[in-house]
Amino acid sequence: MSHVAQSKGRAGFIAGFLVAPLALYLTFVIWPYVQTFGYSFTNWSGQSPTFDFVGLDNYASLLKDEVFRGALGHNLLLLVFVPVITILLALFFAFMVNAGGRSGAGGVRGVGGSRVYKIVYFFPQVLSLAILAVLFGAIYRSDEGGLLNGFLTQLGLIDAEHPVEWLNEPDLVLWCLLFVVVWHGVGFYLVLFSAAMQSVPKDIYEAALLDGAGRAQTFFRVTLPLLWDSVQTSAVYLGIAAMDMFVLVSTMTSQQFGGGPDHHSEVMSTVLMRNFLYFGKSGYACAMGVVMLALTMILSIITLRATRRERIEF
Amino acid sequence: MAAQSTVIKAPGEAAAERSGKTGRTGDRDGRRSEGMVLNVFSHGFLVLWAIMIVLPLIWLALGSFKTDAQIGGSALSWPSNWHFDAFGRAWEKGIGGYFANTLIVLVFSVPLTMLLGSMAAYVLARYPFTGNRVIYYFFVSGAMFPVFLALVPLFFMVKRFDMLNTYQGLILVYVAYSMPFTVFFMHSFFRTLPTAIHEAAVIDGASDTRIFFQVMLPMAKPGLISVGIFNVLGQWNQYILPAVLMQPQTSGEPERYMLTQGLIQLQYQMGYETDLPVLFAGATIAIIPMLAVYLSFQRQIQAGLTSATLK
Repeated sequence: MSHVAQSKGRAGFIAGFLVAPLALYLTFVIWPYVQTFGYSFTNWSGQSPTFDFVGLDNYASLLKDEVFRGALGHNLLLLVFVPVITILLALFFAFMVNAGGRSGAGGVRGVGGSRVYKIVYFFPQVLSLAILAVLFGAIYRSDEGGLLNGFLTQLGLIDAEHPVEWLNEPDLVLWCLLFVVVWHGVGFYLVLFSAAMQSVPKDIYEAALLDGAGRAQTFFRVTLPLLWDSVQTSAVYLGIAAMDMFVLVSTMTSQQFGGGPDHHSEVMSTVLMRNFLYFGKSGYACAMGVVMLALTMILSIITLRATRRERIEF
Repeated sequence: MAAQSTVIKAPGEAAAERSGKTGRTGDRDGRRSEGMVLNVFSHGFLVLWAIMIVLPLIWLALGSFKTDAQIGGSALSWPSNWHFDAFGRAWEKGIGGYFANTLIVLVFSVPLTMLLGSMAAYVLARYPFTGNRVIYYFFVSGAMFPVFLALVPLFFMVKRFDMLNTYQGLILVYVAYSMPFTVFFMHSFFRTLPTAIHEAAVIDGASDTRIFFQVMLPMAKPGLISVGIFNVLGQWNQYILPAVLMQPQTSGEPERYMLTQGLIQLQYQMGYETDLPVLFAGATIAIIPMLAVYLSFQRQIQAGLTSATLK
């Protein structure tokens, strides 16, 4: 009797605790995600309440859409370079900070002031992308007033009469955006890798030193394998960030919702938003969303597979 | 020969290093000088990157004290106008209001996220029942999907509730989108708490609800802080959700832009009005509180974000 009452009360308790979070989550996250799949098979404009089922038409047009294909290419390029550059720089700095000091008692140790470096490097991480957009918009200004052009003019590397139009140069624009992402991310991954390095027991390093390993050897043979889990996680996170890019591209480059000059910095998210909010092609935009999801999942799986190693316990 | 000398040298050297006292000064050991070179090299690169972080931010703040003509001129000129009037104008242009809007939303959305997220995570972590795993994966899977995927239907969903451009609409959406990560993280946290305490509380006659609020939640404080930091930063810096959901729907409706969104509006506006010091001042105003919060809590923020990402 009391057992029944208790389990009844417990069921009530469980339901009571789950109902509000689940309701919110279903309404605003899951249901819209599911709807996107449905809408992607329609010619819905977003404004009118009526729409027709068009099957795979949207997906077929996507294949032929030059702008979308270009955007996909740019995303793939970013997908390779953003994680690779960020992780390499972060590893480099993390190793410097943690093992670049003078060899004192106990072998390898960090540089003096390593705390200060970590504080400074990490700061961009708490800045919003909107602030980055304003800041780097000013840095990349196409006249002498931009920080970058100002510096290069001062150094005599470029002519003050013909400053570089960083964000309007078809070949440069994507790399300029890439730099912003790297600038933003390196500090965070430095701290992440530092934490992982510090959790490696000191005697492993001492043993390596006793065996006569140099610093480079220590890094590649000891540190890196022990950090592999963190590197792998970072690659997935950075890959997801490289698939997005919406805020930076839409606010820093020319054209409606960004992507300029002449679609040279177009990414999938900006094409999606333009089709949704500007062209009123909601069904088509939904199809792009589905493609982005598929690519994100495929790439996460590939990253996790390709970087899989034996897990090292310590 | 060379190989032999290395073999002989290495242990002795390591021993010297471990004893620590010998050869502090005037040591010309190979490894030590290698350490010196590396140390200078390390500091060189580290300082360079530190400058690349700090300099643009200082330059931006200095821009608030320039005149518009000066901003169009050489970037490296020293500001000539040491008045705070650009900050005043930026505040009037709406930065103050955007700031207030963001605060209003976060005051409700962050505690609500933490409360609802912890409740769901707690029940899923500690009460076995049919469908437990399904619901858990349901919650967690949301973290995998790019937010763009949901954007179009989400807009119409919020519209149907008549909550476009309202605080409550954005608050509920923020809470919903913070759910996957909060549940995921708190779930693993609640699992690590010892069962003995729970049993003791049951014997003392505490109800399930009471155990949660008076025993489990206080014990989960370190986890709550980590996820809390993650949620505060994430929601404070959110751009896409407010950009879609917080547009005035009719011309009579007031602007309820969030700070990030307002800053971008200011960027467009100031481009036309050619009052760039206002934009620089606006960005500086947006950076200063983040800088202050970061410097006061940097240890917790670094630890919180790192652990929140690695879990």
